[in-house]
Amino acid sequence: MSWQAQLEQPRSAWSAASHLAHWQPKLVRIWALVKKETRQMIRDPASIAMGVVLPVILILLFGFGLSLDVKDVPIAVVLEESSPEALGVVAGLQLSPYFHPQIVRSMPAAQELILERKVDGIVRIPADFARRVSAGDAEIQVILHGSDANRARIIQAYVQGAIGAWSQRQAAEGHGMAVGPVLVQNRLWFNDANDSHYFLVPGLIVLVMTLIGAFLTSMVVAREWERGTFEALFVTPVRSDEILLGKTIPYFGLGMLGLSLCVLSAQYLFDVPLRGSLWVLLSASMLYVLVGLGIGLLISSAVKNQLIASQLTMLATFMPAFMLSGFLFDLRSMPAAIRVITYLLPARYYVALLQTVFLAGDIWSVILPNAAVLAAMMGLLSLGSRVVTRKRLG
Amino acid sequence: MSDSASAVVLGRDVRKSFVRGRHQKAQDVVHALDGVSFELRSGQLTALVGPDGAGKTTLIRLLAGLLTADAGTLRVLDLDPAIDSQQIQDRIGYMPQKFGLYEDLTVQENLDLYADLHGVSAAERRERYPQLMQMTDLGAFTGRLAGRLSGGMKQKLGLACTLVRSPELLLLDEPTVGVDPLSRRELWEIVHRLVHAGLTVLVSTSYLDEAEHSDHVIVLHRGKVLAAAAPAEVTRLAAGRTFTLDPEDGNARRLQARLLEEPHIVDAVPDGGRVRCVLGEGVSVDALQLPRTQPVEPHFEDGFMVLLRRTAAAEAMPDIKLEHALTLQPDEQVVEVRDLVRRFGAFTAVNHVSFEVRRGEIFGLLGPNGAGKTTTFRMLCGLLPASSGVLRVAGLDVRDTGAAARQRLGYVAQKFSLYGALTVQENLEFFASAYGLSGARRRARIEWTLQQFELNEHAQLASQELPGGYKQRLAMAAALLHEPEILFLDEPTSGADPLARRAFWHRITALADQRVTVIVTTHFMQEAEYCDRIAIMDAGRVLAQGTPGEVRRLGSAGHGRLPTMEDAFVCVVEQARAGEAHSGQAA
Repeated sequence: MSWQAQLEQPRSAWSAASHLAHWQPKLVRIWALVKKETRQMIRDPASIAMGVVLPVILILLFGFGLSLDVKDVPIAVVLEESSPEALGVVAGLQLSPYFHPQIVRSMPAAQELILERKVDGIVRIPADFARRVSAGDAEIQVILHGSDANRARIIQAYVQGAIGAWSQRQAAEGHGMAVGPVLVQNRLWFNDANDSHYFLVPGLIVLVMTLIGAFLTSMVVAREWERGTFEALFVTPVRSDEILLGKTIPYFGLGMLGLSLCVLSAQYLFDVPLRGSLWVLLSASMLYVLVGLGIGLLISSAVKNQLIASQLTMLATFMPAFMLSGFLFDLRSMPAAIRVITYLLPARYYVALLQTVFLAGDIWSVILPNAAVLAAMMGLLSLGSRVVTRKRLG
Repeated sequence: MSDSASAVVLGRDVRKSFVRGRHQKAQDVVHALDGVSFELRSGQLTALVGPDGAGKTTLIRLLAGLLTADAGTLRVLDLDPAIDSQQIQDRIGYMPQKFGLYEDLTVQENLDLYADLHGVSAAERRERYPQLMQMTDLGAFTGRLAGRLSGGMKQKLGLACTLVRSPELLLLDEPTVGVDPLSRRELWEIVHRLVHAGLTVLVSTSYLDEAEHSDHVIVLHRGKVLAAAAPAEVTRLAAGRTFTLDPEDGNARRLQARLLEEPHIVDAVPDGGRVRCVLGEGVSVDALQLPRTQPVEPHFEDGFMVLLRRTAAAEAMPDIKLEHALTLQPDEQVVEVRDLVRRFGAFTAVNHVSFEVRRGEIFGLLGPNGAGKTTTFRMLCGLLPASSGVLRVAGLDVRDTGAAARQRLGYVAQKFSLYGALTVQENLEFFASAYGLSGARRRARIEWTLQQFELNEHAQLASQELPGGYKQRLAMAAALLHEPEILFLDEPTSGADPLARRAFWHRITALADQRVTVIVTTHFMQEAEYCDRIAIMDAGRVLAQGTPGEVRRLGSAGHGRLPTMEDAFVCVVEQARAGEAHSGQAA
């Protein structure tokens, strides 16, 4: 009978544990600690909140945040000629529910509007538009306020959509032969190099995994030091590696639960594709949770105080995961010094893995190096937490 | 019996020091154990007694392999705890002071956890669990979360967890601290039964009366062993030198305070309307011209005080003199509590409590943890609204005029509630400002407190780095800054050593003599003797009220001697609980 089989039958664990006592007391002790930790976790509203409620809330929050359509965007339309073709484009924009166009006659007037943020973009219809439409090489310039890159991208797509619709109408009305494709020239102002990707699901998963992995474990270990429960535990046959495993296993489970919630809702609520394979996603997440657990254990064993441990873990893991992992802000646009720091952050590698698995597929040239770094970090951290969690006080 | 073959634990010149604070200055090194030699013999109950900070916990942690000694030899079960700590931990039972029960696990789950960790088989459990349940009376509560148990029950569960299998040595670190007298007795009965069955037990305690029942005591003070002997030998040190005195004016407290100042007197404590006093070596009663003396049998504590005075040079007892005498009418009623009720949801923490306190009185609220003492206090100070009842402090209704009433009272909370990172001076300045003092007045008040509480030499030290006794002084100093006429003290002496406790009461007595009204809670039964009147509280109700002498007579000790305060407490609480169970059955 394997002890894993026992894991699936908590009801009979008690008697099974005593059976095992004769040949494998170590496993019995680990199992006893896992049981204890799981019970505490289930009874502690904070763990449930972080492992289950938080992922759900974040998913809904992010999901709604992104599905909210961009509507009635104020844009300036620079009308440099009043040909029917040009007016047709303007009408198309005016009829669209997405835009609230404001007609100006010159580019400087439009620029002033965008600088004052009275409009989010400029659509410029050049003076030779009608002539070039007939020639088949018409161009419309679209300039967007790039301070909010995501909004800009959405607006850009709508402008293109509106103009595309106009071209089709033209074609349908029989001008088809005369009207060539209109080239929309996009410019993103104020953030020219912007090339970031904003992905709902990878971002969510990183946050949830970081909270469960590092934050929660640092709290529960610090709590044991604070309440003096470790002191009694230490003077038993239990070994420190067993204590660490007893902490790791249940929170690992909780992390996997949070992950499943994120992935499932991504697939079924928001139709986010998972292009890579599930097992790669799971393995990468396991590595990251273990790294997070290592950090949490290390911090809490060092400071032995719940408040300080939670603050430190927040600063050391959650904030960087949010800001410096490449999930919110593009790493390539960061100053070199900060980019160097990001190489120290496990979240960076995890984000790279997630983005690849979700959006590109199993690209091994990306997955393997990132996973290797996480594995190395995990090894170092578990060694480290093994060293600091000695059965000694003071 | 000095055969070291039967010694389960052996220590020779054991040393351990810690560095206090961040600055590694010489005076910040605390010698927790300063050359300690001792042994524990097989099958004996050894009591490790000493005030807080004596080094008891450090010594026990060394034995359990949780700390490593700086120097000296230590053998536990013939192993070196610095090297073979795991082997020792496999074989001993250890109950730390703050026992690590998992409060969100049930009684049964806690027991199972320790049984699993110790590898106790199912067959052994079937035999062991009923024994443990019978011993601890926890059988009815196996499904209850450990966090919902009373203080005494928690300690018993902690003990049960360390006894899930038979250890070769049992180490108990202050198992009875903060536990009500009833549960204390039960715990001791369990310990005695274990020793009777052949177990070697080391129990540390700061309750001196508990040492009397052990086979052997190790008296520890400031990291040094003052005595390692049978308890009777320590008691004998005070033989022929212990007397009780009858105060001529009926005021035992004032006589006691005066006697403590005498250099020839080792110790004096109030005792049921009389004063119990231990004379210095070679001092005769007649020479001192003491009133109406009567020789009595010494107790362990008397002998302990003789030992303590040998090392600690007789310090003058601190006095305190109010800057401005209170010119208020004496004997006027200042605190009135009638039918006070406080509910937290379905739980009634304070259940129709009534008492009154007159000016210049010391009034004591006695009771175990959870009796409702602190809740009552908080309501008196206007920190917590009452559910119903009358609450008048200094003639003001606290429920209407909380802030006005607060100006006239000083409150010292149970926990040290000053700012640890601020210096003594800064704390006093802050609290003075908080009480609305400013300018010359503030300076004068701070000067007064620093001087009266002898805090001048520590004025620039961060308050968290003060030694324990000084922290308590600072807390009291801060509470007296605004010259309150009423002083509330919540468990002021918990964690103080016997000398510090006597100094504390000396100050309180002086304040009461200057018409400051004092209300104090304590779980040290003997300290009730310092009060003019006391009320015994349990489960939110006042069970008995009166002068210490009156309350003591409610107990039954037999043999014609006056019952101790603890006898009375146990008696009163047992009667009340029995009555409750009875009425519960009737209903």
